[in-house]
Amino acid sequence: MYGWVGQLLRVNLSSGECRVEKLDPALARDYVGARGLASKILYDEVDPQVDPLAPENKLIFMTGPLTGTMAISASRYNVVTRSPLTGAIAASSSGGYFGGELKYAGFDGIIFEGKATEPVYLWIEDGAYELRPAGELWGKNTHETEEAIKAATCPNARVACIGPAGEKLVRFACVINDKHRAAGRSGVGAVMGSKNLKAVAVRGHGGIKVADGPAFREAVLAALAKIKANDVTHGGLPAYGTGVLVNVINAHGGLPTRNFQTGIFAGASKISGEALAENYLVRKKGCLACPIACGRATLVPRGPYAGHGEGPEYEALWSLGADCGVDDLAAVTKANYLANELGYDPISFGATLACAMELYEKGYLPAKDTELPLEFGNAAVLVETARKVGYREGIGDLLAEGSYRLAERYGHPELSMSSKKQEYPAYDPRAFQGIGLNYATANRGGCHVRGYTIASEVLGIPVQTDPHSPEGKAALDKAFQDLTALVDASGMCLFTTFALGAPDIVSMLAPATGVPYTEETALLAGERIYNLERLFNFSAGLTKEDDTLAPRLLAEPMPEGPARGKTSALAQMLAEYYQVRGWDEEGRVTAATMERLGLA
Amino acid sequence: MAKLLVVDQDKCTACRRCELSCSFKHTGEFNPAAARLSVAAFLDDDYYLPVVCQHCDEPACQAVCPAGAISRDEKTNAVVINEDRCIGCRMCIMACPFGAVDYSVAEQKVVKCDLCQGEPECVLNCPWGALEYKEPAGQALGKRLQMARRVQAALREVV
Repeated sequence: MYGWVGQLLRVNLSSGECRVEKLDPALARDYVGARGLASKILYDEVDPQVDPLAPENKLIFMTGPLTGTMAISASRYNVVTRSPLTGAIAASSSGGYFGGELKYAGFDGIIFEGKATEPVYLWIEDGAYELRPAGELWGKNTHETEEAIKAATCPNARVACIGPAGEKLVRFACVINDKHRAAGRSGVGAVMGSKNLKAVAVRGHGGIKVADGPAFREAVLAALAKIKANDVTHGGLPAYGTGVLVNVINAHGGLPTRNFQTGIFAGASKISGEALAENYLVRKKGCLACPIACGRATLVPRGPYAGHGEGPEYEALWSLGADCGVDDLAAVTKANYLANELGYDPISFGATLACAMELYEKGYLPAKDTELPLEFGNAAVLVETARKVGYREGIGDLLAEGSYRLAERYGHPELSMSSKKQEYPAYDPRAFQGIGLNYATANRGGCHVRGYTIASEVLGIPVQTDPHSPEGKAALDKAFQDLTALVDASGMCLFTTFALGAPDIVSMLAPATGVPYTEETALLAGERIYNLERLFNFSAGLTKEDDTLAPRLLAEPMPEGPARGKTSALAQMLAEYYQVRGWDEEGRVTAATMERLGLA
Repeated sequence: MAKLLVVDQDKCTACRRCELSCSFKHTGEFNPAAARLSVAAFLDDDYYLPVVCQHCDEPACQAVCPAGAISRDEKTNAVVINEDRCIGCRMCIMACPFGAVDYSVAEQKVVKCDLCQGEPECVLNCPWGALEYKEPAGQALGKRLQMARRVQAALREVV
């Protein structure tokens, strides 16, 4: 095969047996790879009602056909499983160097089944594979784990692992590779921990072949020229990282602050990408094959929050900063380092802490349940809870359940800013109507990287739409969601879509794989993936009732700023969205739509 | 004066597009392990440096080669290996101070940068100009200016 390596590794952790399987070319063609292919395997092999933390759940690592090639930002792999946070399908994407190395080592993906009796890690080198004991690694953080495994295998190995948070089944634990890159959301790290799988390490010297080299090279160079000509991908993102958005979104009155009580944060400029660049940025960094380099290698040189690492990026600047009312950039940066080292998602953590702070300040969360004063704006509390949550210590044990379970425990689930029990990222749906519809409908719950309509509503990509208007947002969301599914499946990074459209992606995907994808058939694959995830979710017990937003966003008008007086017009957009999707009024995928997408 | 690969370490982001494009140009596959240059990325120190063949004025690889397989390309001034004469003894690998010559496991031969006959693919694919193909004269000018600025800043602090 071209693009794809053509081999998968199936690892049964219960029996310790591993076997190599051929990748079905027809399946690869229809689901492309990564998020698509892994979702198809999960859909075919796993009971959607399975307890996410039971051995019967599977954990699938999968690359795309472009991963590891010189296609633009083609570093990504996906981790797919049933989420312990949401109960929905989880597909978390990560960059760095791990995905490419897995292919150089001879595999497109790995399917983990069962549960090991003792902690283990998987070592793959040039087609050979071995489960090794990881008892001595258990309890180590992600940085220590990577160092120890490199010492035991190869200094050039690439390691994806969990930290204490994954071991302790924190519901938003993530998988960390290359120390600072995360398959971040929906708790895929907890599933890894539930299987007693500490890490996957890979090293390979093999090459990836493409079908039409000259055409592929030409398409890549043309796309590279577009990336370099674009103000976002060769301007704002490399200069200030994703944090460039903090001031922009705040100016729109849509930077959720103190658990979404308002959309304006007075301390925004102190936690902005510009402030990070001025104070702590050492240099910008790109993942494999990435010409954008939004990565931030940072250093807090002194003070109580001294440390070294990567980030924070926009989402963490917001969740650990504005949402908790904290404007101390050193503390936010330190909390972000802790999230990477202990191995959990800083979006869900920050949003859960913000929820706890509101519960505490309103008197619902009694002081006796927490040894810390959970008041908004307390930087010391932020950093202390960031450590505690990774080990499930004290209040950290409650926060580790996520905001929905926490708020429900104290009788106020409406204070959890989440959809499908997954916390929202950093855009208030009252200020940006389109992103609200996406939060409500995204298959993995509250999420911005399933249909990033902010590109259109704020940045004018590909066309400017009115952020305050619900008109046309149903079709816009569908278009973004389907394109995103394609990008995720290909192995490219979503950020390329600031400069590249579907024709550019297809111009690389077709000559790489030798499959004659057209813009139409490729986007159809994206739509197929999206609908397949929806089918999994409905079989898992989710319904139309889950396509909603937190009551605050629907009923409490934004108190100030450019979006003052606005609420989310979700009901209007949702009905239209179901129609555009070809689903029935209950949000179910219809037989006709399944037929059209080849899912019947 | 002949052009060479000139590296600006500060501009490198460790994306390895140079390795990917180099391996593709020379082997038809994407395989960093087969690239003729490599990015030494010390991620814990935030230090990334593309390590390239310097095409030395007096190449150690050429001097040490017992088969006379290494010579200078008249047209590009690149130091190149004549595959027909190479006996695969790997003396050149030992002699090169930069590790610019390597043995390719995939191709089962000694390989090194040949400057792509004057159109280096790595340069074309480097998004930030960390690799440039130009005359090396004046290479240190930027650094000298930076050094002068540091002296200026230091003087301001003490004088």
